[in-house]
Amino acid sequence: MSLVPTARDHATAIAADVRAGRRRAVDVVEAHLAAIAATEDQVHAFNLVTAERALAAAAEIDRRVGEGDDPGPLAGVPVALKDNLCTRGVATTCSSRILAGWEPPYDATVVRRLDRAGAVVIGKTNLDEFAMGSSTENSAFGATRNPHDPARVPGGSSGGSAAAVAAGFAPLALGSDTGGSIRQPAALCGVVGVKPTYGRVSRYGLVAFASSLDQIGPFSATVGDAAICYDAIAGHDPLDATSIPTPLESVAAHLADGVSGLRIGLVREMLEGDLAPEPDVVRRVTAAAEALEAAGAKIDEVSVPAVVYGLSAYYLIAPAEASSNLARFDGVRFGLRVDAPTTAEMMRATRTEGFGAEVKRRIMLGTYALSAGYYDAFYGQAQRVRTLISNEFAAAYERFDLLLGPTSPCVAFPLDAKTADPMTMYLNDVYTIPSNLSGQPAMSVPFGTGEGDLPVGVQLLAPALEEARMFAAAAVLEEAAP
Amino acid sequence: MTTTDAVPAAEVAPSIAPGWELVVGLEVHAELATATKMFSSAPNGFAAEPNTNIDPTSLGLPGSLPVVNGRAVELAVRVGLALGCEVRSSIFARKNYFYPDMPKDYQISQYDRPINEGGRLELPGGKVIGVTRAHLEEDTGKNSHMGGDGRITGADYSLIDYNRAGVPLLEIVSEPDISTVEEARQYVEELRAILVAIGASDGKMEEGSLRVDANVSVRRPGEPLGTRCEIKNVNSLRSLGRAIEYEASRQIDLLTAGERVRQETRHWDETGGRTRTGRVKEDAEDYRYFAEPDLVPLDPDPAWIAGIREAMPLLPRQRRERLASAAGVEPSLGAVAVAVTRGLDELALAAIEAGADGRRTLTHVEHNLAVDGAAQLAPSRFAELLAMEQSGALTSTQAREVLGAMVDAALDGRDGDPAAIAEARGFRAMDGDELAGQLDALIAAHPDEWGRFCGGDPKERGKLTGFFVGQVMKATRGQADGKVVTKLLIERAGG
Amino acid sequence: MSAKISRDEVAHVARLALLELSDEELDRFTAQLAAVLEHAQDVAALDLAALEPMAHPFPLRNVFRPDEVGPTVDRDEVLAQAPAAEDGRFRVPAILGEEP
Repeated sequence: MSLVPTARDHATAIAADVRAGRRRAVDVVEAHLAAIAATEDQVHAFNLVTAERALAAAAEIDRRVGEGDDPGPLAGVPVALKDNLCTRGVATTCSSRILAGWEPPYDATVVRRLDRAGAVVIGKTNLDEFAMGSSTENSAFGATRNPHDPARVPGGSSGGSAAAVAAGFAPLALGSDTGGSIRQPAALCGVVGVKPTYGRVSRYGLVAFASSLDQIGPFSATVGDAAICYDAIAGHDPLDATSIPTPLESVAAHLADGVSGLRIGLVREMLEGDLAPEPDVVRRVTAAAEALEAAGAKIDEVSVPAVVYGLSAYYLIAPAEASSNLARFDGVRFGLRVDAPTTAEMMRATRTEGFGAEVKRRIMLGTYALSAGYYDAFYGQAQRVRTLISNEFAAAYERFDLLLGPTSPCVAFPLDAKTADPMTMYLNDVYTIPSNLSGQPAMSVPFGTGEGDLPVGVQLLAPALEEARMFAAAAVLEEAAP
Repeated sequence: MTTTDAVPAAEVAPSIAPGWELVVGLEVHAELATATKMFSSAPNGFAAEPNTNIDPTSLGLPGSLPVVNGRAVELAVRVGLALGCEVRSSIFARKNYFYPDMPKDYQISQYDRPINEGGRLELPGGKVIGVTRAHLEEDTGKNSHMGGDGRITGADYSLIDYNRAGVPLLEIVSEPDISTVEEARQYVEELRAILVAIGASDGKMEEGSLRVDANVSVRRPGEPLGTRCEIKNVNSLRSLGRAIEYEASRQIDLLTAGERVRQETRHWDETGGRTRTGRVKEDAEDYRYFAEPDLVPLDPDPAWIAGIREAMPLLPRQRRERLASAAGVEPSLGAVAVAVTRGLDELALAAIEAGADGRRTLTHVEHNLAVDGAAQLAPSRFAELLAMEQSGALTSTQAREVLGAMVDAALDGRDGDPAAIAEARGFRAMDGDELAGQLDALIAAHPDEWGRFCGGDPKERGKLTGFFVGQVMKATRGQADGKVVTKLLIERAGG
Repeated sequence: MSAKISRDEVAHVARLALLELSDEELDRFTAQLAAVLEHAQDVAALDLAALEPMAHPFPLRNVFRPDEVGPTVDRDEVLAQAPAAEDGRFRVPAILGEEP
């Protein structure tokens, strides 16, 4: 029984109406709160709905419009934030017991930028604990359900954000993507999900999982909405040393560019052989290629052999960085504390009780990969695989302007179908991981359905900083989508 | 030099037992004199209240990120250049371990590729100590152990202040080239003087802005290096010497008894006068170093480095040489070192340039200007005072007193005019004939003493000189110049 | 590189990471971690000596901030979120070991 609404309130239209005074932000927020009230108990997209704050912020927007002020390009648009984004004075839990109830004393940069753009935060969404997972089943606060079929997962780790958009709870949501955690749930929930170029969106205020891979990005129902959200949050931030100083180019301004003359490569290793997806998914990717061709693009096949090593490299690098990033959760300054007579015992007891199994697995795997004697063979080697993959992408981008492939190997799977063996779950990220390793942008666009009428997403990949080109192609796909 | 650092000559005994060599390497952590912390814009400096110089990054809050303080890098390069290091491209690395004063439970430091490598520090005596590296890292917070006996092992609980967490540190590591306790002290003193001179740190061991750990081992001459122990918790130069001596003896005793020295970290116990073993851990510490992913590499531009080198203030060695040359003395003269250490060399130079006698100037600086306010003296006034003394218008005793008054005035922000001060106190060096007349009167009044003076051996003469000078002083109410009196006595006695 | 991670090695890294594992967990995690590392053998076998390890996707260098004081956080706000505080400081149980 699908919980996906038939009619949608798009961010672009809302913002235009609110700015022009044709609609009140308070009415927009109330309508979305009503949608949440209707089906959230079945979806469980949110850890926290911030109704009062949202209404107060909306009232302020309306007041400003009344005074002739322009609140910004996202005026009155409700946005759901993945609960690993710091929001001052609002619980930020990372869906972990170790941070239950923690209220940061500061806002993430992206949260401040959304605020400046006039957006209204409507709630914090559920995720796999500390963003580690591909189904949102690793949340300490219960799984999120896929609005297309509540017996199935929404994907992960940003499952809550994807589901919130799919269910009509908010036109926009933010997630984070380290190995596919925006794109894969976007595909499974039938919405648009974008991972920007590494460094294009500030990580300041994103609770770190793997520092050299994490990026924040938007979820939306339309490519146009994703574009205005991206434009609002992207750009250099002096608080993030890995933030790219290159001036930001608006992607919204290039949405209608089309794909005429663009060379688009179908990545062979993502469609055939050991890593081949389900047949339905292959069919949809083929159809997407045809649609792009019909719009004037030149399609060809390209081989990027090193992508097959991406999974292994990722599962050495990401846990290694995570094991270090999560050391700060020790019961001393914030979050859960399990009391004990000595500090060392207190730290151990706190971490043992506060972290879930998947988080513990990755911390241990990461600690191992960095430990004396194994560093070179594991972490060091994985960093060389990164270079290998990046070199191969660079070679591909000499012949192509964009690459095309599947986002997920399968459609949304039932809850508990893949929880028995971690490796099975990890395989969900095979097509998304390579662009995290290379730091290049990629996005998932809904393109038809597969088995059981469940959504299928196709993935566009672009060279660093070429989001505009990528969004233009996505717009073409959206237009042509079955 | 402050009294906590001055070591009476009697204590500088032979450091270790004969037949053994001492090998010491020193690790010095210097807090850099920046306005903000190493990786965030929280203030670096005194805070009256705990946990007020903090921000998300220095507290290691989830979601926070480090950004490098450009001034800390500049100061690190300055230190590297001053120590003759090669300044190179470098990266930051995470050193992972759990400890409650570390907000992130890892420290951002430099491991494989530090910013400065391969330098040297020349001790005043001429011996060169190699400097392996000098790298950047962040400081930790401070634990206070409460309840129990206040020491860590007896405490009930602890309180943590993160004001210091994130303060920029430069860790300067020497080669194990130091062979005596005195060399160790000189190394620290010279290094501190350099850091202060170039504005990199205020280098105060007592306040913790300069911290020294000593790596100590012993060996028989000709043998390979022995096992070393790291000694921590040394809070003054004096403690450094005592700790090294104690540790060397301890190791020699062990080895002499046929036992091995265990490689470990030990703590200097100031009250007990001994080193103690730290807590023995089951697993050796594995810091799992890896390149800091939140920071990008430092690649200092050669032109930028050259600019820093050009703008470098004079180093202590250079200042000593400059002052010694102007004063016509050897740079190794103690008074020269004192003048530079006190920051009074410019004052002394100005006085000498105005015509003052070099040695006399240095003597005044060494003995009479070990006080606050000395640095505020106007060089021209100091020069005038010296001229008055030189011309005989003031005795040396009077000159010292006038100088004191000038320093007090300077402290108050007033100008101290030596001529006016001397006048106000009625100082007036005695006229030579008047003095001779006084002396002759006293000789006449004490014929026995005079007889003994003329016929006496040097020791007897010395004693009686004191007698006559004292009498003259009494008679003239201190206005006589003792040296002149002595000269006259000798003349009168016929040589 | 060793082919299989042992139970002892898992116990060791758990200790390093301050995680306490039951015997059952130790067995289960050992099997699961071994499976992941087994999969990673494909990467271990590659000859990549000619390649530099990539730590950053984008070649940025020399990113600094000026030495100017910025906003601090309110101590009360922070301590309100602390598990235990006293006298403006974070309170923890007895710390027995010295700093490594």
